[in-house]
Amino acid sequence: MEEKLKQLQEEAAEMLEKVKDSKEVENIRVKYLGKKGALTEVLRSMGSLPKDERPRVGQVANEVREHLEKAINETRERIHEDALEARLMKETIDVTMPGQTPVQGSRHPLTQALDELKEVFIGMGFTVVEGPEVETVSNNFDMLNAPPNHPSRDFSDTFYIDENTILRTQTSPVQVRVMKKNKPPIRVISPGRCFRNDTPDATHSPMFNQLEGLVVDEKSTLGDLKGSLEIFAKHLFGENTQTKFRPHYFPFTEPSAEVDVTCFKCQGKGCPMCKGSGWIEMLGSGMVHPNVLRNCGIDPEKYSGWAFGMGIDRIAMQKYGIDDIRLLYENDLRFLSQF
Amino acid sequence: MLVPVKWLKEYVDININTDELADQMTMSGSKVEEVRHWGEGLDEVIVGRIEKITPHPRADKLVVAKVTIGGKELQIVTGAENIHEGDKIPMALEGTELPNGVIIEETFFRGEASQGMMCSPDELGIPKHMVPEEFKGGIWILDPDSEIGKPFTEVLPLVEDVIEFEITSNRPDCLSVLGMAREAAATTGMELSPPQIKLKEEGIDWSNDGAVSIEDEDGCYRYVARRISDVKIEPSPQWMQQRLIQAGVRPISNVVDITNYVMLEIGQPLHAFDAEKIVDQHIIVRQAKEGEAFKTLDGVERKLTSNMTLIADAENALGIAGVMGGEESEITDQTTSIILESANFNQDRIRKTSQELGLRTEASSRFEKGMDPELCLLAANRACQLIEELGTGKINAGVLDQYPKPAKCFQMEIRPEKVNGLLGTDLSTDEMIDILNSLEIKAEKSQENIMVTAPSFRKDLQQEADFIEEIGRIYGFDKITPTLMKGDIMVGGLSERQKMEERLKDTLAACGCFESLTYSFVSPSSVDAIRLPKDSFKRDFVKLLNPLGDETSVMRTSILPNMMEVIARNIHRNVPTGRFYEIGHVFYSELEETADELPMEVTELVIGIFGKDEDFFTLKGIVQHLLEKMGIKQISYEAETNHPSYHPGRCATVYADGKLLGTMGEIHPIVGKNYDLDKDRCYAAEINGNLLLEMASVKPLYQTLPRYPSIVRDLALVLEESVPVKSIEEIICEYGGDWLESFELFDVYQGNQIGEGLKSVAYTMTFRHTERTLKDSEVDQVVQRLVKELQKQLKAKLRE
Repeated sequence: MEEKLKQLQEEAAEMLEKVKDSKEVENIRVKYLGKKGALTEVLRSMGSLPKDERPRVGQVANEVREHLEKAINETRERIHEDALEARLMKETIDVTMPGQTPVQGSRHPLTQALDELKEVFIGMGFTVVEGPEVETVSNNFDMLNAPPNHPSRDFSDTFYIDENTILRTQTSPVQVRVMKKNKPPIRVISPGRCFRNDTPDATHSPMFNQLEGLVVDEKSTLGDLKGSLEIFAKHLFGENTQTKFRPHYFPFTEPSAEVDVTCFKCQGKGCPMCKGSGWIEMLGSGMVHPNVLRNCGIDPEKYSGWAFGMGIDRIAMQKYGIDDIRLLYENDLRFLSQF
Repeated sequence: MLVPVKWLKEYVDININTDELADQMTMSGSKVEEVRHWGEGLDEVIVGRIEKITPHPRADKLVVAKVTIGGKELQIVTGAENIHEGDKIPMALEGTELPNGVIIEETFFRGEASQGMMCSPDELGIPKHMVPEEFKGGIWILDPDSEIGKPFTEVLPLVEDVIEFEITSNRPDCLSVLGMAREAAATTGMELSPPQIKLKEEGIDWSNDGAVSIEDEDGCYRYVARRISDVKIEPSPQWMQQRLIQAGVRPISNVVDITNYVMLEIGQPLHAFDAEKIVDQHIIVRQAKEGEAFKTLDGVERKLTSNMTLIADAENALGIAGVMGGEESEITDQTTSIILESANFNQDRIRKTSQELGLRTEASSRFEKGMDPELCLLAANRACQLIEELGTGKINAGVLDQYPKPAKCFQMEIRPEKVNGLLGTDLSTDEMIDILNSLEIKAEKSQENIMVTAPSFRKDLQQEADFIEEIGRIYGFDKITPTLMKGDIMVGGLSERQKMEERLKDTLAACGCFESLTYSFVSPSSVDAIRLPKDSFKRDFVKLLNPLGDETSVMRTSILPNMMEVIARNIHRNVPTGRFYEIGHVFYSELEETADELPMEVTELVIGIFGKDEDFFTLKGIVQHLLEKMGIKQISYEAETNHPSYHPGRCATVYADGKLLGTMGEIHPIVGKNYDLDKDRCYAAEINGNLLLEMASVKPLYQTLPRYPSIVRDLALVLEESVPVKSIEEIICEYGGDWLESFELFDVYQGNQIGEGLKSVAYTMTFRHTERTLKDSEVDQVVQRLVKELQKQLKAKLRE
């Protein structure tokens, strides 16, 4: 009987090694371990054995059963693994085929350039203020100390709605509005559309965008203006950016300075963009003219302030290498989607 | 302002090179536009003489010239037309490299050898403004006395550094070599030595014979006249011509050149009249008569107005003050005596006169910036000195000088602590005084303060800040220590509305929309293109008085036309698909209720899409998603069949909380046609940006996650196709009960299986109780009630 059991075990093992699917395994299991299976048959005939042999044969029979069960399980696992592997192989794809990109839009390059500027100033404690595009001559010129016969007031420079109303030529009138309404300390930036009577060409546009800033406080100095705008330039163009403050003339500031920064294309070595000088003219700035403070109801004896302004179109064009300002307002998708 | 450096050095001892000077001047406020080193690379060009000119045997437009250059004769083929036998010309020989990079070689033109080249001003790299009119487009013909074989640059010594300065409008005193010398002296710390004027007057005092009367004292502040006799009109000497050329002025003849020279040197425009043409030698400065006709020396007959100031004699007008002289009194080759005018006029008058006449001259552009009346006599005398020195004429004794109200110099006290306070410096009072003195601003200590007197030529110095700037810029802005802002810490940032606008832009970008920016001004016909009705308030434009053209003559009342242009431009450029949005102002002629009384400006958002995969519902999806992200609740869409810009069957009005938020739909094909769009369908949404940004509110509040299972029921209804799903959904909302968590339309079907005029609409509904597990039977009851209601109200049947 023992021999018969061993024989069964070997016979089953041999069969299991050959099986290819789980159904066959099940057949084998039924054949040997099922209710009418070979092993069960053998065990059923145990009664015919002498009493003293029964425990030993019983033990062998159990060993064979355990062995068979284990072998069957292992075979099942092997078949599963094989099947999984086969499925995965079958599912192989060409991973070099293109992906499906989600459709995503973007902000206009001018907005993106402005966002970057805004972020720096907001970090320095500035609030963003806005105002109307159609402005009064008073806010755009008179309050800002522009001489009554200044050429910038001419028809050839400024778009008029009527003699007292124009399209703003700068965003400084927003600062006038802020000063008239609020008490110092004031720390604001005013971005927005501006208009000048220029025929469009590669470098001129009758509509363009500006960012201006204003600080009014007790004891504001030209040193503060320098320090703050230097930090701004470094934030925007990198730690190694140098700034140059050149005296200049603007009616609304005194003293006034134009600010150059190290050319960000060539890092000051000289290139076509900076016309070989290594510097890029970045913004106009100065200490707010006492007349302007007075016009807006702020006592220039107690307070002083500084202001600055820059053209966002020009900065965006330099930053992104755009050579024609008209591209900014054409909104060709092939242009917009580059940013 | 072009300043030849050698000329500048006559008045100030500059011991640094030109580039360094340019840098320093820029940093003290005289911005250098360009430094030009004229004549560089022309060393090898020499003087030649044309001996003989013969036609080219095989070319009509060419000639063959024999040219001698110091003992050697060359054959040159040229197409130049302004050359004659005997002319002396600049010659580039074989091997010479010209400034434009061309290296001259022996070449053959139709078989004739050319052993060099006669040079045009262009080939010599001489800019157009420096070229006498007669040589433009031809060869530069040299002075007949030029020595053959000599280097060209010695004959016409253009080799010179010239700095071009940008002069700001507040500094007309810098529009002269002397003015720039003053700046250079203050900048470099060197002494200024202005020209010393010594006059040799002759004969009896003419001021007894002649006279000057200023009748128009508002128009003329000072009038100085001097008389010169025995005048001989001829070309001015080479050195003077060259200086004029370098400074950008064309030489004409000695008298004119001298007046121009003095204008460049001192800044004061001068004018020379033929003395014999002036009745009684009596000059009258008066207002022009309204409509008075006058022929200026450019030969143009001009109509004057009474706002203009005239120089006249008892009978005739002689010149328009400060703008241009008259043809009648102009000096000619026959002139033998002249009266030289050196006057000062009202700058605003000059500006208006020049504008009204459309006549801008070097003189008018200087006078309109405001000249110093103190210069009049100095300039007249300086011109006389040159006239006398150059043998141009004899200076008559006596000066006529009418100066009714001599200008007063501005004086004030400035406070050193205010100077340091504004600049952020720590300068001593003495340092401040030294700087001011270097600019010829008289400065003296006055107890704690400094008493300053502005020189007559500095009308821009009118208050403390102006003097502070002078101290700051000469001390050097670059030396001022950068500091940080003091005072209270301030929290910057965006307003709630600005934050919402940021969110809007982010959301639309995530929806695949690209932001477009277009002009705020449009053509008045733009509202025709989008078919706005004749009585639309959007036709009531804010108009520009002086637009660039009709296309940009009114402020937009809608962004839709701009969006249509963007879409059409992209379609015409074969862009297959696109999603755009623009958020910006529109302008209504109705006035704001503020003291400014400005036109109303309202923020509008327009979304525009096109492409084969786009339709009404892709647009609506964008709008829905945007409104959801902006936290706008209670949205409803209603069919709009009457909007002229949109397809009558594919247009909806959008409401939020009962308020009209906007309109969206497929663009009407006629509108499309107005933008040259034939088959392409496009879709747009116009949304009231003000309302959207005001209503937007994003305050997320956590809702407990469900703890009990949900029960899902599908509901397929068959009803008449004209019933909008909105009606079904209203009933679902009303009769769905408290447990209805959500529902979603998942299928709409029309076709054979359900019959003509009907449609099948299928919803998935999810029910859940927050505190216990629902029973199927409970939900079934709700659904049954709902179905009954749908049957009753909409004649809907459950689909088999």
